[in-house]
Amino acid sequence: MSYIDIIPIGEVEEAVLSFLKQSIFETFKIQTRIRNRPFDLSLTYDPARDQYNSNGLLLELINEPPPETLKILGVTELDLFIPIFTFLFGEAQLNGRGALVSTHRLHNQFYGISANKELLESRLVKESIHELGHTFGLIHCFTLNCVMKSSTYVEEIDQKSVHFCRFCEQEVLRWRIEKNV
Amino acid sequence: MNSQGVGILVVDDEFSVRDSLYNWFNNEGYRTETAESGAEALKKLQDGLWDIVLLDIKMPGMDGMELQKHIKKIDNTIIVIIITAYATVDTAVEAMKEGAFDYLSKPIDPDKLSILIRNAANQRRLIAENIQLRQKVEELTLQDEIVGESPQIKKILEMIDTVAKTDATVLIRGESGTGKELVAQAIHGKSNRRYFPIISINCGAFPEGLLESELFGHEKGAFTGAQYKRKGKLEMANGGTIFFDEIGNITVKMQMDLLRVIETKQFTPLGSNKIVDVDFRIIAATNSDLEKKVTDKDFREDLYYRLNVFSIQIPSLRERPVDIPPIAQYFLEKYARSMNKDVTDISPEAMKILTQYNWPGNIRELRNTIERALVVVGKKNRIEIDDLNLLFPSKANPPGDSLEEIEKAHVKRILEQSDWNISRSAETLKIDRVTLYNKIKKYGLQR
Repeated sequence: MSYIDIIPIGEVEEAVLSFLKQSIFETFKIQTRIRNRPFDLSLTYDPARDQYNSNGLLLELINEPPPETLKILGVTELDLFIPIFTFLFGEAQLNGRGALVSTHRLHNQFYGISANKELLESRLVKESIHELGHTFGLIHCFTLNCVMKSSTYVEEIDQKSVHFCRFCEQEVLRWRIEKNV
Repeated sequence: MNSQGVGILVVDDEFSVRDSLYNWFNNEGYRTETAESGAEALKKLQDGLWDIVLLDIKMPGMDGMELQKHIKKIDNTIIVIIITAYATVDTAVEAMKEGAFDYLSKPIDPDKLSILIRNAANQRRLIAENIQLRQKVEELTLQDEIVGESPQIKKILEMIDTVAKTDATVLIRGESGTGKELVAQAIHGKSNRRYFPIISINCGAFPEGLLESELFGHEKGAFTGAQYKRKGKLEMANGGTIFFDEIGNITVKMQMDLLRVIETKQFTPLGSNKIVDVDFRIIAATNSDLEKKVTDKDFREDLYYRLNVFSIQIPSLRERPVDIPPIAQYFLEKYARSMNKDVTDISPEAMKILTQYNWPGNIRELRNTIERALVVVGKKNRIEIDDLNLLFPSKANPPGDSLEEIEKAHVKRILEQSDWNISRSAETLKIDRVTLYNKIKKYGLQR
């Protein structure tokens, strides 16, 4: 059996992870599990930017996976960057194994407004499915409410739905048939 | 704009930058490649079609500024976006002065990158569309060709090439139907003003008051019937060329007004107190003897000299019979195509008739002859003498003996000889144009 592994990096609320696990299973219809493992975060921390290097975390995340692991989704509260960009909501390997999402800029509090747990969970689920979608070979989609639509503002995440459009859904299906998953 | 098909080349010596941007653009659906040096970038630019180049300004070897200059030499429509560290923003600004579209400071804000690339792709699309439209305009402005092999026509083509490069006023002389407007269009089409309009005005076709309003435009209520404000042809020709056909037919008052416009490039629309500045090139044409009109004080001498800066005399068709076969063949192909007929040539006998004919209506008459022949040719694929015979005036119904009948037949014949050129017919009949119009109406003459 193949699994999508959700791996928390640093402190992440159990309830949030459980909700995410259920949503990912419902979307991809692939067994999903939460797998804990230690991380050395010091190697990816950039004190000048007070952010964590997403590339480094992603490499660490996909290092030596169990044989039954199909995809890995790292979830973190840390603020992510890659050298060329000021920040990232998440990152993934196109057609690869690993994806990573950060809740840091998904919280309402980051933008100076009051917390909203439901909205946070909704944003996290959308970004997680979006990044995992890249690992299934999907590129950004131009369909307005497709979850694969590119979002560079948090408002854009709120505007799109949690679902793939029919074209992206077909692409995921085609990927699974080709890989016999 | 959809990212499909847009090609982005990322040029940076840092692997992490190339890799991150490559992944980002790939995810966005752009066709993306990277180059780690200026030399590699130039090679890739020679090999493929790129719309946008993201360029690091500081690279070992050829730096971004130098590379940008090379890129613009290869294709100056490629959009260049400079990537720079904070410390080199001044250089990025310098690069923008050299034609870069915009710059991004490292680290790049993903929001800004996303919007910038979308705008750049749009800009690139607009540039491409603009180039395509200009090409279309050029194709359209070609219109009819000036066809001919005679030394006279070759000389005229040389004169067109010479004068088109300048802004000089041109006076085109020649009989009716010799193609004066075609020469004017060719001059305009080869000039730097070709992307602006050429506005033609037939000075002989308007009564005095109307010509004034046609040229200068008018304000609402400027005269009875002026219900709306209307732009004049002089204003419409701004940036382009104005072609005055039959310039010899304008009144003395109009000559004075026109002279003032030519000298000042300013005019006041009728009923307005606002002066309008215009910039146009003037081409005028006439088939009348302007010099005689000057001597007879019918045409202002100063306007004559203003117009007669560069003169082109188009010979009549009967002066260059060698041009008749190629022109006839040109019209044959043109009208056969537009009528969807499979007529490919003119029989040697028919061609002999064409070359022997006097052609008082010149090329216009020849054109009409071929066009009519193509209508009556039926299913044959060649024009024969019989097809041309139909063009000659019918002798089946000779006029009666009354003065009216004889006058009607005579007026009709003169009109047909000049291909219904009113001014020329009136001149031949030694009557004024208004009288001629009255006779046409009286006898119910039709083309």
